[in-house]
Amino acid sequence: MSTRLAKQGRLIDRSKKVTFTFNGTSMQGYEGDTLASALLANDQMMMGRSFKYHRPRGVVASGAEEPNALVGLGQGNRFEPNQRATTTEVFNGLTATSQNHWPNLEFDIGAVNTALARFLPAGFYYKTFIHPKPFWKHVYEPIIRRSAGLGKAPDKDNRDADTYEHFYAFTDVLVVGGGVAGLQAAKAAAQSGAKVLLIEQTAHWGGRAPVDGGTVNGEPVDKFVEQLVSELETMGNVTMRSRCMGAGIYDHGYVLGYERLSDHTPGVQGPRHRLWRIRAKQVVTATGAIERSLSFAGNDVPGVMLASAMRDYVVNWGVTPGDRVIVATNNDDAYRTAITLKQAGVDVLRIVDARATAGPLAEEARQLGIRVDPGKAIAKVKGGKRVKKVAICNQEGVGGAREEVEADAVAMSGGWSPVVHLWSHCGGKLIWDEAHAHFRPDPDRPPLGADGKGFVLAAGSSNGPLALADVLKDADAAGKAAGKAVGHTPKRTKAPVGETTAEAPMEAVWLMPANADIQLRMKSWLDFQNDVKVSDVQLAAREGYESVEHTKRYTTLGMATDQGKLSNINGLAILADALESEIPKVGTTTFRPPYTPISMGAIGGEARGDVFQPIRRTPMHNWHDKNGADWEPVGHWRRTYAYVRPGESVHDAVNREVKNTRENLGLLDASTLGKLIVKGPDAGKFLDMMYTNMMSTLKVGKCRYGLMCSENGFLIDDGVVARIDEDTWLCHTTTGGAERIHGHMEEWLQTEWWDWKVYVANVTEQYAQVAVVGPNARKVLEKLGGMDVSKEVLPFMEWRDGKIGAFDCRAYRISFSGELSYEIAVPASQGQAFWDALIEAGKEFGVMPYGTECLHILRAEKGFIMIGDETDGTVIPQDLGLHWALSKKKDDYLGKRAHSRSHMADPERWKLVGLETVDGSVLPDGAYAVGEGVNANGQRNMIGRVTSTYYSANLGKGIAMGLIKHGPDRMGEIVEFPGTDDKIYKAKIVDPIFFDKDGEKQNV
Amino acid sequence: MSEPISALNHASFSGIAMVEECGLQGMITLRGDLSDKVLAKAVKDATGQKVPAQREVLVKGDTGVAWMSTDELLVLVPYAEVEAKLADMAGALSGTHALAVNVSDARAVFSVSGPSAREVLGKVAPVELSAEAFQPGQIRRSRLAQVAGAFWMDDAETFRVVCFRSAADYVFNLLKVAAQPGSEVGVY
Repeated sequence: MSTRLAKQGRLIDRSKKVTFTFNGTSMQGYEGDTLASALLANDQMMMGRSFKYHRPRGVVASGAEEPNALVGLGQGNRFEPNQRATTTEVFNGLTATSQNHWPNLEFDIGAVNTALARFLPAGFYYKTFIHPKPFWKHVYEPIIRRSAGLGKAPDKDNRDADTYEHFYAFTDVLVVGGGVAGLQAAKAAAQSGAKVLLIEQTAHWGGRAPVDGGTVNGEPVDKFVEQLVSELETMGNVTMRSRCMGAGIYDHGYVLGYERLSDHTPGVQGPRHRLWRIRAKQVVTATGAIERSLSFAGNDVPGVMLASAMRDYVVNWGVTPGDRVIVATNNDDAYRTAITLKQAGVDVLRIVDARATAGPLAEEARQLGIRVDPGKAIAKVKGGKRVKKVAICNQEGVGGAREEVEADAVAMSGGWSPVVHLWSHCGGKLIWDEAHAHFRPDPDRPPLGADGKGFVLAAGSSNGPLALADVLKDADAAGKAAGKAVGHTPKRTKAPVGETTAEAPMEAVWLMPANADIQLRMKSWLDFQNDVKVSDVQLAAREGYESVEHTKRYTTLGMATDQGKLSNINGLAILADALESEIPKVGTTTFRPPYTPISMGAIGGEARGDVFQPIRRTPMHNWHDKNGADWEPVGHWRRTYAYVRPGESVHDAVNREVKNTRENLGLLDASTLGKLIVKGPDAGKFLDMMYTNMMSTLKVGKCRYGLMCSENGFLIDDGVVARIDEDTWLCHTTTGGAERIHGHMEEWLQTEWWDWKVYVANVTEQYAQVAVVGPNARKVLEKLGGMDVSKEVLPFMEWRDGKIGAFDCRAYRISFSGELSYEIAVPASQGQAFWDALIEAGKEFGVMPYGTECLHILRAEKGFIMIGDETDGTVIPQDLGLHWALSKKKDDYLGKRAHSRSHMADPERWKLVGLETVDGSVLPDGAYAVGEGVNANGQRNMIGRVTSTYYSANLGKGIAMGLIKHGPDRMGEIVEFPGTDDKIYKAKIVDPIFFDKDGEKQNV
Repeated sequence: MSEPISALNHASFSGIAMVEECGLQGMITLRGDLSDKVLAKAVKDATGQKVPAQREVLVKGDTGVAWMSTDELLVLVPYAEVEAKLADMAGALSGTHALAVNVSDARAVFSVSGPSAREVLGKVAPVELSAEAFQPGQIRRSRLAQVAGAFWMDDAETFRVVCFRSAADYVFNLLKVAAQPGSEVGVY
């Protein structure tokens, strides 16, 4: 059984007990335990079931590389699936549930898949479920979705209880990884004077070196780590963060760090995760190495574990995964596990070494009384939910002549692979190291920065060296090189001297035994998380998948949260063998960020709730909100769609507003309209280029409606332009157009007409602007008193500065409704007071505020176009009958040349018309008009579409505008619009001006 | 004139830093040739300051001038004086190609103060805010999470943050989140 040892456990505090639950069972651990070590201490070897076959699975690793022990963590608003037990620190009250099982972990119906395994080979889904087509959606998919997949998504009604944030950090040198290599590299870089940021994914410094043993400068490794950490802590130019994982390296020295602040203390004040958005001039990746598994039959049975992990559990947490352990290896390092276990009092039955000879560690093991079997292999591990027996055979051969040994745990070591993920994220290349049978960073082909030079250095075992002495030397050199690269002079210091027992060379073992038969290969797992076996990769090769990337996708090798941390090299080796090629030729799949999954919360940072997205508010926003505003998003602005009174529907409110504005008095908050000041001796010339019509001739005090086209001739904006003085114009833009048109103007001024004397300023938000609209508009302004707003002094399409009531203002006599209308601009800080004054004074004139829908209906009744409704980026002024706004006097304006292109002048273009349903109903928005015949795809030919459609309460019927082929020539004709409701709407083509054709109402 | 009211009417929040809406600040956008002597004199007359260099802000209390771009300055004057100062400036610049326009009401101004103020800003703006890199006298136009913003330091522990008036509510809430209790980063 797996159990807590009486001694050892350098990371746990035995004086502090912690209680937690696993699948509802209460268990105890110690502070400093990971969930994995605490579960093992409670003899909970099985921690989940596998993805595809639902095989029982136990923990196989001790860190970020763990593929199996994924749990659902927390409850309710703090539930999170797929959390690694090995990187989860236990705390009082932790609740964890295992995944991938139904109805429970011990008894699982999906496990029947394992019996069907020979019918579920690689590519099975692709092969089986393609035909018949409807079966996928209705039969296969629902079943597969239930049996496949990892953890459950949180309940849709739950909301994350925690907060998250980003932090922008800047440093000369970033060191990723706080093992001995990272610490030494940080020190070497910092001693040069560089500013250093050092991040470590676990809660502890020193990595695995203290577990592996040896000495540095004659002292034990932990002592060295302790000294180094305290030294770094006192250096003013060093920042150290533990529980902060280097998640990804991107262009320009941009690195993401994922800091887990309170995963181990949930509920404390402050953010749970912090995403560090780091800019580093140089990055040192000291990310260590990961041990590989060995591919033998039954290597996924709970109790089979990486040798290094087993050593970690004993040394770090005082837990042994079994009482009778067998160690299988192809290298000397695994002997350390055997020795560690033996010294901790665990029975090590034997070391099965695939090699003929081993180094001095073997002698040490033998002296402790451990049996060492050279040239041997594991043929098969037997057991369901726990290792029961291990069959041992010769490494050379097919796996016959087995000897069975009763055991309850197996430690395996297939050699070590440098963690090259971060090196590779931004394009660092790898070379194959034959001696260690692994890929390591190629120092000559690092990720390149903007200057064409490398900006990432690998250090320590992530760079290839595995022995402590070499690791420290390499890290020291990398730290110095980083310091130098950022412009400092490294100190002439010697690297610390590490000493460990010498090791004999490892031998690559990709399959155990070397010629294992198919029965064994079908049980030899490469990728535990995705249930990929040796036989699957071999099958993919036989079926023609030669590219490693294709094989990955076909077999799912190295996918999902694991990203091939354990499976990568073993899978490649099997593929290379099956293709009769060499591993470096087959190559490796691409490592992509993040290194391990980071939380969605961290990615979103602060952007949730109130600050999910900026909402722009006008000065009168709160009044609207209190007065029944039904909000409509317009860009980032919120505008009132309609002011809904108690007992009214939104539609009722719109109809009331529409009628009242035509009959009495309406107020519209028009503050969102863009207002751009254009000033300078060349401003008139400039505006003549910007607008299709002439603005330079506009008289001071007057207004003109203008159209803007892109250089391709398409309408991009419209609005009223006012000439303020000889040199100054004020251009109104659409609400959504203010920033865009400001940018458009600046772009032309800065890139094309840089010698024109024009300045532009966006003063949109300086003003609160209120449209005072309706037959009583003048009356209310006159009641407030101040400037003369009579027809004679302030005629239609003119503006005046003055005072209305107590308010300094600019009054524009413009109308987008066809009514008598003023748009009054006051300083934004007085907007609410001005609005209040109008509401108060307007009571006797039947004042009502109105929203954007009323605005739309009023303008549609008048046949006024709306940018974004009648235009969609493909519409030109000619399509909308706006020829009158295209100046013929000007030599040029943006869009003029484009309008002469053949397609723009094509008489077949759809043109604007009014549309009226034959029964007075409202046409569906966006509906297409259909003509005779079908197109090449068998669809009805289209001859137009609805661009705006409303119910007009004033006219008592539906009105619409649309673009119709030959529209203006087809007045009175009936056109058909099939709706998405299977009805066919019939509408008559009419003039787009439905109301007050001669404009008498606005001109009073 | 009716009583002008700033976007959030002096709202405040206290967390790892103090966040306060400062009320109305007179602001004039001045565009022109920054090397022009007439323009320099107009700036001097309005603020008592010289034309600032790139990313420089010269400010005392609510009067001063900030560099915005190679052809734009932000002139700061007391809110009550902005119309008069603007008229003086327009007069002084009447023979020069320049644009001076009142933008006081288009903005909201916050102060973020306390020992962790640098970190609060460092959570929302992609700017290096260590004491070596950013000091009183410097201004940055950047972004505050998802909106445009500018900031400078009044003193070693106080930032003045400017954003568009329509975004005042967003920026206030944003700074509140960034200043939430228990969220010290511990680097600045």
